[in-house]
Amino acid sequence: MKVVLPFIAVVGLALLALVGVTVAHQVEFFFGVIVPYAAVAVFIFGFMYRVLQWAKSPVPFCIPTTCGQQKTLPWIKHDKLENPVTTLQVVGRMLLEVLVFRSLFRNLKTEMKDGKIVYGSEKLLWLAGLAFHWTFFFIFARHFRFFFQDVPTLLRMMEGVDSFFQVGAPLFYMTDAVILGAVTFLIFRRVYLPQIRYISLASDFFPLFLILGIALSGILMRYIFKVHIVAVKQFAMGLVSLSPVIPQGIGAIFYVHLFLICTLLIYFPFSKLMHMGGVFLSPTRNMANDSRMVRHINPWNYPVHVHTYEEYEDDFREKMKKAGLPVEKE
Amino acid sequence: MAKLPTPEELLKIHYNPPQDENWMDKPAELKQGNICWGAKGKNLKIVEFPNARDWSPVEEDWKLPQDWEGTVLEAMADRLSKYRSFKIFMDICVRCGACADKCHFFIGGGDPKNMPVLRAELMRSVYRKYFTNSGKYLGKLAGARELDLGVLKEWWYYFYQCTECRRCSVFCPYGIDTAEITMMAREFTNLLGLNTDWISGPVANCYMKGNHLGLEPHAIMNSVEGMVDDIETITGIRINPSFNRKGAEILFVTPSGDLFADPGTFTAMGYMMLFHELGLDYTWSTYASEGGNFGLFTSNEMAKRLNSKIYAEAKRLGVKYIIGGECGHMWRVLNQYMDTWNGPADFMEVPKSPITGTVFDNAASTKMIHVTEFTADLIKNGKLKLDPTRNDDLVVTYHDSCNTARGMGLLEEPRYIINNVCNKFHEMPDNTIRERTFCCGSGTGLNASENMELRMRGGLPRANAVKHVTEKYGVNTLANICAIDRATLSASMDYWVPGTRVAGVHELVANAMIMTGEKERETNLRGEPLPGKGGNE
Repeated sequence: MKVVLPFIAVVGLALLALVGVTVAHQVEFFFGVIVPYAAVAVFIFGFMYRVLQWAKSPVPFCIPTTCGQQKTLPWIKHDKLENPVTTLQVVGRMLLEVLVFRSLFRNLKTEMKDGKIVYGSEKLLWLAGLAFHWTFFFIFARHFRFFFQDVPTLLRMMEGVDSFFQVGAPLFYMTDAVILGAVTFLIFRRVYLPQIRYISLASDFFPLFLILGIALSGILMRYIFKVHIVAVKQFAMGLVSLSPVIPQGIGAIFYVHLFLICTLLIYFPFSKLMHMGGVFLSPTRNMANDSRMVRHINPWNYPVHVHTYEEYEDDFREKMKKAGLPVEKE
Repeated sequence: MAKLPTPEELLKIHYNPPQDENWMDKPAELKQGNICWGAKGKNLKIVEFPNARDWSPVEEDWKLPQDWEGTVLEAMADRLSKYRSFKIFMDICVRCGACADKCHFFIGGGDPKNMPVLRAELMRSVYRKYFTNSGKYLGKLAGARELDLGVLKEWWYYFYQCTECRRCSVFCPYGIDTAEITMMAREFTNLLGLNTDWISGPVANCYMKGNHLGLEPHAIMNSVEGMVDDIETITGIRINPSFNRKGAEILFVTPSGDLFADPGTFTAMGYMMLFHELGLDYTWSTYASEGGNFGLFTSNEMAKRLNSKIYAEAKRLGVKYIIGGECGHMWRVLNQYMDTWNGPADFMEVPKSPITGTVFDNAASTKMIHVTEFTADLIKNGKLKLDPTRNDDLVVTYHDSCNTARGMGLLEEPRYIINNVCNKFHEMPDNTIRERTFCCGSGTGLNASENMELRMRGGLPRANAVKHVTEKYGVNTLANICAIDRATLSASMDYWVPGTRVAGVHELVANAMIMTGEKERETNLRGEPLPGKGGNE
């Protein structure tokens, strides 16, 4: 159920766009203009709303998870990146986390061998995760050439690197192959590994299938069912300049690609995909371990009922005197 | 009481969960040997906790208050608005599974709900049902479920099988800390009077008497007196520690476990011998006679109430700063919570060692330093006369306490000390030390006797690594800086790696330290002949 249903959902969404634009051309306006604008709006406002909701809750305590030596005596080497005490060091830690998935790099595999527990390095998830996220970013950035009249040099350079091997025509992008491989691996491990399958929900499969669908439709569009590229650019420029046009003859596969992307944008703020924003707000990673150096303030701190020394002495005065302990009141 | 299976029986662990079931449909079975007795009404009453009554987790009826569901959901809404950590950790888990095999209870038991991700999902599923739209409308498909008695019992069972050690957090790409989620779950269960006897008893004791063990002032003095006698027997030196003394320069606070039973008492003797040798102007307090804080295993508020005594006593006695003893979660509290709860400690001064002149800027605000920071500084500055050969019968390894390692980063100080007071030291494998260290299996108030199976399962990863160095290097001593470790690792070593002793770092220091005017030492602090002094080679 949790695997099949999301799969059917994604296939259904693709078919919806495909059938929609093939049977009735006036629906192109719906898929080509209304849905994209709505999706971008939901994404932007939804994303902001979620982040603001998190930010509204205070961070009452300084609770970093420290993964290295604290700052202490001057002759003991302080691990600045894993146990930061300054903002700069925290930024360093966060960059490692966000750009190269430092914590996931540490991952271990735990196994029982002949009654002994052994721990081996486990880098596959890290590698697939990193490949997936970076190629996603590259491909996303590459698409901006559709939104510029003159393609900026940086984008051209990215394209150049991506199609370095110069295979076929149009040039084959390496990132296309990598993202397909990475997403397939991520789906495969969810189905194949018993522990991961046990913990997975439908909402873990849905975005993976969705992204797979986006990548596949994009690749089909580029290499097989070729679309009218000038028309696509005209369409994209129309959207960003807020004067949408629907050029004729782009090809139905384009609308499938676009509709799946819009679905992803709409789904994004309501889902676990928000880890993209949340990772920056995680108190165990984005705080400095300086709580003994600087007082951290809890905005909702309130006085509590305590058992005072006076009450304690009242309870034990005779026993204290007998034991020779000083007391406040005789 | 459930019979404890043999190590061979416990080692039959299956890590692969059954594939034909959905965990949401499988209610928790509260297994004897894995649960602690319920909190007693009288202890809950002492600290004014709700629904104070005697109850038993193995009985069907948990004597819950009216509308307990409403109480929990209201508390959940409140904590979501008060703790960003809780809110974020409810929302951003992608269930990548990196944490799945990192929990000592999962490694030692194989129960899938002990995978940190699933432990958190026990809470998240309820969160989704009541606090997210997808959960409200899509229900189980979105991983949401209603809060009912079965879920509450499951919470109680599994959140009192988490020692808040934070090992999973180290591997999580978002730093999701199950300890934060467990702490919330325990806050909720405490609103219904559902804690364990082994936690609520120490909390009530600590509140009224100043320490978990409920030692009254004269009992503390007696205990210390006994240790002073032992020290005199061993060294020929009579030391004279002071209590509740106004005007002392330093207040010393340590977990009460150190005053109560072996091997903690040897560590306490170690502190006293060291401070005497230095001529330190310090005092103990009978009122603030606990460094640990079992309140942390009930609610934020209770933890703050118990912790308040340390600063209050420092102020009353007029000390300049505080030194804290060897303890695990005590240092999580002192490092990450104390100043926020009960500060500012502006009536004290930034700690400065009177022996070496070192200023501890890293404690500029809390005014509290760890005894291993203090001692490492002494050794570095050559202020101690040490004879490490006195520890030559010990082949030592070091266990990082979860809290000092992952909540503070106190990694090198104890190692530096051990390397200076012992000649034979070997690290356990890299994946089991420092921030990757394993819990003793009995932290967060799980060190009872009725849940021995759970404790031995949870202690397996630690013990397994000790066994490795025992076989490889002949290690026979597990040094550590935590009172709970000293109490609980002893049991776990006896079970998994018999013949391995558990010792505090300052026990090893005191063994090696040559005191001014001491007699020729024949024995170590445990009364065993020193190497070369009685055929113990």
